[in-house]
Amino acid sequence: MSGPSTFQPQNPVLKWFERRLPIMGLVHSSFVAYPTPRNLNYWWTFGGILSFMLAAQIVTGIILVMHYTPHATLAFSSIEHIMRDVNYGWLIRYLHANGASMFFIAVYIHIFRGMYYGSYKEPREVLWILGVIIYLLMMATGFMGYVLPWGQMSFWGATVITNLFSAFPLIGDPIVTFLWGGYSVDNPTLNRFFSLHYLLPFMILGVVVLHVWALHVAGQGNPAGVEPKTEKDTVPFTPYATIKDAFGMVCFMLVYAWFVFYTPNYLGHADNYIPANPGVTPAHIVPEWYYLPFYAILRAIPNKLGGVLAMFGAIAVLAFLPWLDNAKTRSGRYRPLFKQFFWIFVAVCLILGWLGAKPAEGAYVIVARILTFYYFAHFIIILPLLNRIEKPRPVPNSIADDVLAKTGSRRQPMVSTAIAVVAVAGALLLASAQPSSAADDHGAPQPPRQKWSFAGPFGKFDRGQLQRGFKVYKEVCASCHSLHYVAFRNLAEPGGPGYSAAQASAVAAEYKIQDGPNDAGEMFERPGRAADRFPSPFPNEQAARAANGGAFPPDLSLIAKARTYERGFPWFIFDIFTQFQEQGPDYLVALLTGYEDAPAGFPLPAGSNYNKYFPGHAIGMPKPLNADQVTYEDGTPQTVEQYSKDVTAFLMWTAEPHGSAQADRHPGLHLPDSAVEPALLHQEEGLGLGALIAARVWFNSR
Amino acid sequence: MTTTASAHGTRRDFLYVATGAVAAAGAAAAVWPLISQMNPDASTIAAGAPIEVDLAPIADGAMIKVFWRGKPIFVRHRTEKEIKEAQDVQLSELRDPQPDSARIKEGHAPWLIVYGNCTHLGCIPLGNQGPYGGWFCPCHGSVFDTSGRIRQGPAPTNLPIPPYAFVSDTKIKIG
Repeated sequence: MSGPSTFQPQNPVLKWFERRLPIMGLVHSSFVAYPTPRNLNYWWTFGGILSFMLAAQIVTGIILVMHYTPHATLAFSSIEHIMRDVNYGWLIRYLHANGASMFFIAVYIHIFRGMYYGSYKEPREVLWILGVIIYLLMMATGFMGYVLPWGQMSFWGATVITNLFSAFPLIGDPIVTFLWGGYSVDNPTLNRFFSLHYLLPFMILGVVVLHVWALHVAGQGNPAGVEPKTEKDTVPFTPYATIKDAFGMVCFMLVYAWFVFYTPNYLGHADNYIPANPGVTPAHIVPEWYYLPFYAILRAIPNKLGGVLAMFGAIAVLAFLPWLDNAKTRSGRYRPLFKQFFWIFVAVCLILGWLGAKPAEGAYVIVARILTFYYFAHFIIILPLLNRIEKPRPVPNSIADDVLAKTGSRRQPMVSTAIAVVAVAGALLLASAQPSSAADDHGAPQPPRQKWSFAGPFGKFDRGQLQRGFKVYKEVCASCHSLHYVAFRNLAEPGGPGYSAAQASAVAAEYKIQDGPNDAGEMFERPGRAADRFPSPFPNEQAARAANGGAFPPDLSLIAKARTYERGFPWFIFDIFTQFQEQGPDYLVALLTGYEDAPAGFPLPAGSNYNKYFPGHAIGMPKPLNADQVTYEDGTPQTVEQYSKDVTAFLMWTAEPHGSAQADRHPGLHLPDSAVEPALLHQEEGLGLGALIAARVWFNSR
Repeated sequence: MTTTASAHGTRRDFLYVATGAVAAAGAAAAVWPLISQMNPDASTIAAGAPIEVDLAPIADGAMIKVFWRGKPIFVRHRTEKEIKEAQDVQLSELRDPQPDSARIKEGHAPWLIVYGNCTHLGCIPLGNQGPYGGWFCPCHGSVFDTSGRIRQGPAPTNLPIPPYAFVSDTKIKIG
């Protein structure tokens, strides 16, 4: 796209083809011979990374659609079907769910890179605006994708976000009804979101093509912000940029793989493992992390319409950036004042993101208002003003000069970066030191940390513990709680309690399964088979409530992933690196052991029981476990503590049955063999990465 | 850096080839799960467990259709006449030669159990029709006899026999 192609095929067939459709010449001139500035740094590899992420999302998404069912009554269980039964389904779903987050991480870095180096300035305004359009489409796509699992966060996220449009006077309510296709978020909403979630990525792809076209017309920007003048300023795209992009991509995939294989649910919400319930809103309703800054802006404005306009305005203002910042110097590197304000702006966005996840109360709201004001002031006041008062440093004459004159000017960016990092960390700490009402808004203490055999990168389930836990479930919990997503055959699957297929069938045969209708048209009961799922103790929710004083005993299949507690700053950041993700199991043990007498003056409703760790303390379930209630044949102590830990480990397995499946399928496997185990090598192409994943495959927990 | 081509591979050549090989292995490993997911999933496989069919209600000359792994299976209670016709055929007349005795379980001659999809392109043939009183496929005109063997039309082979066994005289287990 940079002038006539110099590509001259020698092969007569290729020559014949190229004269009729010069596609090879187009590729050659755009991605091989294309001149790239020779001073591009690694921040410029994120364009390639984003292309990869788009392709990865489309491929994994198309595959997920092969197994997903877009129906309000079936969507949630079809996701569980993917996680449990489809070959490598867990991997493909986690790749897709975490891929969305990685896509947004990359796009935010890409956007901030553009803002720092002035990539939006003349002649790249259209390129920048196309980028803003891609970002908007990404947000719409991500939002609709998050609705599809039809969990609690899906449902309530869809309700809250679509209700944004109700803020507009007169037309608001008709618009919302139109978006829903009904009088509430329901099956028609899910179906249209599914359709659009499939459509929008291809629209993104189309705009990406325009984005790349516009890029190749204007030429790439570069850290110096001066345009290439002579051949000395550029190098051919291949191999220089391709290899650099590929290396950046492999490093990025390391991060991606870390999340997918080690902390796959870190970026999600526990509540989304609870099926959608139109009658109950989760206590803290928050969007996915990548919308949080805008969510904070929405909530900061104490007026419904004002909040919605501010939120959309926060994105729309980006499109006007080329005209708001009209400084002649392109790169922030040579703008001492701009540089500082840029980092302050980054910090403001991060803190807004953090505030978006906090409850909208007290000091959080005040800070959010100040930062919302600053967010807009950055664009509307600071940037136009800077152009008048700032005295930029001299820019190099050419890119070659910039590369060759590696002088002291290099030091300063490092200093300001360090200052910025300290500022961000300090601001977050300060903010977290403020009202900690979120942590104890129900007065529940943090559950104590337990030691789990399945925790950490090399963890795996303890078979004995799973078998004991299953016994506790069967003899105690099963009288009220169903285990709907677990089939008897799962008991014999690798990585689980380790029963044989015959033992699993024997367990199944102990249960009565309703089947039918038979030839006479009547339902009948028959003994369970390995393929059946655990039957529910009650025929329906109403019967369960009637038998339990109005409380509904939740299904336990996913409970270990559907429960959590707030870790708070800075622990939630450390958790990425320590791979701590046992909040759910820790909470379950705390709950099962947390029964005590209500403190004097606690208004315990009739029929409720006091539990130290239950949010609100008044729990419908009476103390379920007592010492010596279940007989352990292996000599394990028969204490409430031990029962709680065993049944929790069992429930962790039912929630994530592929946790250590790979490890157990080849007991005693050696590293060279397992390195070939294909699923987990995934898209990684670096040797070190291969070894990391291979180690993961070998030990594998979840 | 020298630009003369070396007769031997250079260190750089080795690095390129090694990197390319690792990349190719990584790509192949990444593609594997994406293809493997198309195979039947665990619930589909588990649902394909053997089924039992009670033969007692099936009258002489009647036929029922049962499903196993999503495929129809004909369970036909053949009459004396039909058995005799099936046994008396010269094997040389058959496109896919098989004696009737090879298509039933020994001692259970009245019971013919065959897959119900035509071996031509999978349509379901109609029972008790066609010149041989066996099956006639309405899609493309294949004709099967009372042993489920192909006699006329485009189908290449006999209707296949599913795996089954007699649990008792009046009960079979398919699968």
